[in-house]
Amino acid sequence: MTARDIAAAVRSGDRSAVAVLEEHLDRIAARDEELHAFNLVTADAARAEAEAVDAAVAAGADPGPLAGVPIALKDNMCTRGIPTTCSSKILEGWCPPYDATVVRRLRAAGAIAVGKTNLDEFAMGSSTENSANGPTRNPHDTSRVPGGSSGGTAASVAAGFTPLGIGSDTGGSIRQPAAFCGVVGMKPTYGAVSRYGLIAFASSLDQIGPFAQDVADAAALFDVIAGHDPLDSTSIVDFEPVASDALGRGVDGLRIGVVRELSGGEGTVEGLSPDVLARTQEAVVALEAAGATIEDISVPSATLGLSAYYLVAPAEASSNLARYDGVRYGLRVDAPTTGEMNTASRTAGFGPEVKRRIMLGTYALSAGYYDAFYGKALKVRTMMLRDFAAAYEKVDVLITPTAPTTAFPLGERTADPMTMYVNDVCTIPSNLTGHPGISVPFGVGDDGLPVGVQVLAPALDDVLTFQVAAVLEAAGGPR
Amino acid sequence: MTDFSAAAATDATPIEPTLPDGWELVVGLEVHVELDTASKLFCGCANQFGSEPNTNICPICLGLPGSLPVMNERAVELAMTLGRALDCDVRRSVMARKNYFYPDMPKDFQTTQYDQPTNSDGRLVLGDGFVVGVERAHIEEDTGKSTHIGGGGRISDAQYSLVDYNRAGVPLVEIVSRPDMRTIEHAKAYVEELREILIATGVSDARMEEGSMRVDANVSVRPHGSDELRTRCEIKNINSVRSLGRAIEYEARRHIDLWTSGSAPDQETRHWDEEGGRTLPGRKKEDADDYRYFQEPDLVPLDPAPETVAAIDAAMPPLPSARRAALADATGADPASVALLVGRGQDELALAAIAAGADADKVVVRLVNDLAVDDWSKVTATALAELVEMESSGAISATQAKQILADMTERGGDPAILAAARGFEAMDTDELETLLDGLIADNPDEWARFTSGDDADHKKMQGFFTGQIMKATRGQADGKTVARLLAQRST
Ligand SMILES: [Zn+2]
Repeated sequence: MTARDIAAAVRSGDRSAVAVLEEHLDRIAARDEELHAFNLVTADAARAEAEAVDAAVAAGADPGPLAGVPIALKDNMCTRGIPTTCSSKILEGWCPPYDATVVRRLRAAGAIAVGKTNLDEFAMGSSTENSANGPTRNPHDTSRVPGGSSGGTAASVAAGFTPLGIGSDTGGSIRQPAAFCGVVGMKPTYGAVSRYGLIAFASSLDQIGPFAQDVADAAALFDVIAGHDPLDSTSIVDFEPVASDALGRGVDGLRIGVVRELSGGEGTVEGLSPDVLARTQEAVVALEAAGATIEDISVPSATLGLSAYYLVAPAEASSNLARYDGVRYGLRVDAPTTGEMNTASRTAGFGPEVKRRIMLGTYALSAGYYDAFYGKALKVRTMMLRDFAAAYEKVDVLITPTAPTTAFPLGERTADPMTMYVNDVCTIPSNLTGHPGISVPFGVGDDGLPVGVQVLAPALDDVLTFQVAAVLEAAGGPR
Repeated sequence: MTDFSAAAATDATPIEPTLPDGWELVVGLEVHVELDTASKLFCGCANQFGSEPNTNICPICLGLPGSLPVMNERAVELAMTLGRALDCDVRRSVMARKNYFYPDMPKDFQTTQYDQPTNSDGRLVLGDGFVVGVERAHIEEDTGKSTHIGGGGRISDAQYSLVDYNRAGVPLVEIVSRPDMRTIEHAKAYVEELREILIATGVSDARMEEGSMRVDANVSVRPHGSDELRTRCEIKNINSVRSLGRAIEYEARRHIDLWTSGSAPDQETRHWDEEGGRTLPGRKKEDADDYRYFQEPDLVPLDPAPETVAAIDAAMPPLPSARRAALADATGADPASVALLVGRGQDELALAAIAAGADADKVVVRLVNDLAVDDWSKVTATALAELVEMESSGAISATQAKQILADMTERGGDPAILAAARGFEAMDTDELETLLDGLIADNPDEWARFTSGDDADHKKMQGFFTGQIMKATRGQADGKTVARLLAQRST
C-alpha cells in the first residue's frame, strides 16, 4: 500500500492510523533484528501520534496530506525528548530539547514518526557500516550493505517497515542507498528543505530529502518538507515547489543530456560496472521513446568532484564536530585538565572514519595548506558550477548512474577508504553545485540486485527531477 | 555610572609620562564593544547583563547539535552605523569561523569575520586633531564566561570551573586601530572618543566596568626616528582608561629595559595586574595559533545595498566632534568644559537654553558645576534659560540658582515657582543699599580699611562686608550686586 493510499484511507476514516501503525510495527518486530534499520523504535510515542490523528479525523478535522503514514527518521534529525545519536558513542543518550523543522513539518502533515534509523556515524560513509551500533543490512540480500549513509532509512522503506523515510545527503547519502535498496531517494536543491535540526556533517553540502517506494510517494513527501524556514539562513525564500502535480507531464520535448564522464563515455571515471552502465543506457532509450531528445554532454570538471568533496566536507566537518568536547552534553571521559578531558572524550567517542575526516579537514584548513587544499577545492566547486551551468544551457536534465555498482558485500570495502569513497563519484557533483538529483530504480544488475539511475537538474528545478523519474519508473524493468 | 570622559576632561593638563630619551612608543588598540541590541547575534535570547547564570540561553546560543544561526539585522545595522561614524568603507562582508577549543565557547569555534569585514579603512579624529587609522570594525559573537573555583581563579590550577553562557552569542564589534598612537594620552583619548561615539550613535552603552567595552593594547617601542615595528605585546584585562595608561607605560618601560640590556621582548599576550601595577605573561600556548578560518557556511554574506548605507548616513546623529565644535562656537567656553558637557550629553540642553535667550557663559558654568548627575531629564531648556536669566538679572543669587537647579533636576518645574517655594524673594537693591549703609555706619574701622588703598586689606574687608550681608539675608543677596554697591560707595 502506498503512502498516498494510506493517507487517503486514514483521512476518509476507512482505516485508523493506529491500525496502520500496528501493522508496520509488526513488520519491524518481525525483521529488524536481522536488518537493523532502526537505532530506536519509538512505538509508544508513535501510538500517541496515531491516536491523535484518528481523533482529528473523528472530529472532522484534516490531519494533513500524510495522515497516519508511518515514517522513518534518520538518526541525525533532532527529535524533542527522543535520543538522537548520529550512530555515535559521543552522542549516546543525548535527547535534543527541540524538534528539527522537518520533524515539525511532518507532524503537521499527519505523518507518524516510528523511530530513528541507523547511519554511518555523523553521516560519514557509504555503507552504514561506520555505525557505533553495528551495520544495517540490505533487505534484498542481507549479506550486502544497504548503502549509506542513510542506509537505515533506505532499508526501512525497502523492507516495508515504513512507506516513507527521511534521509540526509551530503555526497550521495540519500541517492546511493536508495539505488542499493531499490527505492526512490531524492536530494533537493540546497536550501529547499530546512536544515534546522539536522545535525551537521558538512553544512554547505548537507540537504534533507525523501525516501519512498515510488516516485509519487517521494513527491508527496517532498511537497511536505520543502519550503522556506526562517530558522535556516540558507533556506531559499519564496520557493514552495509542488512535485506531485508534475508527475503526469512526461518528457515529450524535453532535452536530456547523458553526462559522458559519468556514464561510460569518453573520459569516463573508473570503476563504473558494465551492468549499471547498461541499465543507464536503457533508461536513456526509454526516455527517448517517451519523446525526449537525447544529447551527449561533457561536464569536464565532474570527475574532479570526488577530490574536491573530500576536502570541503572534512574541512567543514572538522569545525562542525568540534563542539563534541565533553563539556556540555554527550560522552565525557574525565581527565585532570579540560584539554585532556576534551581529548579523552573525543578519542573514546568518535569512530575511526570520523576521526580520519576530522584530521583530513583540520589539515586542509591549516595555515600553509589552506591554499593548496581547501582553497583549491573551492575553485573546483566554482568550476563545476560553471560547467554544469553550461550543460544546462543545452539540456533540461542530465542522466547518470546513481552508484558505480550494485550493493556490495558487508566488509568488502571497510579496509580501504578510497574504494568506499569512489561510491559517491556520480552523486557528489550535485552536492558541490547545490543542484537537485533523484535516484529511481531501473532494473537489476547481473547479481539480481537493484540498479538506480540518477536524474539531475539545475537549481530550483526539483519538480523536473520527479517528472522525469516518473517516466523512468513507468518504463523500468522488473523490480 | 563611571564617566571616564568627565574624569579626563576635569583633570588638569595631563602630564605625559616621559619615556627614556631616544625611545618612541607605538600603540595600537583593539576594542571590543557589545552592541546595544535587545537580542543576541544569532538567536532570540535577551542580550542582558547581570541575569542569573544560564537563563538567557537556547539551543542556538548553546550551539546544540542541529541548531543554526540567524543573523540579527539590528546588530548589523548598528555595526554599520559605527563603521560609518568611523569613516569606514562599508562593503559586502562574510562571516567566518575561528576554530579553537575553549569551554566557554559552545561550538568550539567563534563566528566572526576574517578577510572580508563589514567595516574597513576608517579613522578616528581625536580632540586635538590627531588622526588614528581604523583598520577594521568587524562583527562577531561573544563567548560565555568561565569562573574557576579554587587554585587562585586560574584555569590551570582550578578544582573545577563554572560556565555561564548568558554572554555567549552576544553581538560584538571589534574595532582594530592601526598602530598610529605614539603617546599614552592619545591612546586614552582614542578610547574616550570612541566611547563617546558609541554612546552618541546608540551602538553600545560602552561600560568598561560591566565589560560591554573591553580594551586590549598592542604595545611596542622603537628608537626615535625609526619607522620599524618591533615585537609587540598584547595587553589584556584593562578595566579603565586610567589602567590603560598605566599598563601602556609599564609595558613600554619593560620593553625599553629589555632592548637596552641587549635582550628582546617575546611576542605574547600579557595581562594587566591592577593591584601590582604590572603586566604578567599569559598562559603560554603550546602550539602557535592556527584558527583555521573559513567562511561560515550557515550564514549568507552581508551585502548592503548602497541605499542601506545611504540611509545609515542620513540617520547618523551628530557625532561628538561636531557637537563639541557647535557648543564651542555657541559659548566660547574652554575646551575642557565643552568636552565635559558633550561627554555628559548636556550640549543639546545647553544650546537650547542659549537659543531661548540665556547667557551662554552662565549656562555653561551652571551645567559644568551643578549638573554632574546621571539623570537630568526633568530639566527643560526653557526652565534652564529662565533660571539663568533670573540669576543674570540679580533676581536670585548664584547660591540660590544652584539650589533651584537641584530642585529642577529632582522634580522638574518652573524656576520662579521653585524659588518662591523656597522663599527666595527677589532681593530689592534698595533694601540691600539700606542694609549696606547701616553696616558701614556700624563698622567705621572696617570701612576705613576697605577704602585705604591697601590691596590685601581691601580684599579682606570686601569679604567681611559681603559675609555680613549674606548673613543678614540668609544668602539671598546676589554677590555681584553687593560687590557693585560696595564699589559705588568707596569712590
Ligand atoms: Zn539563544
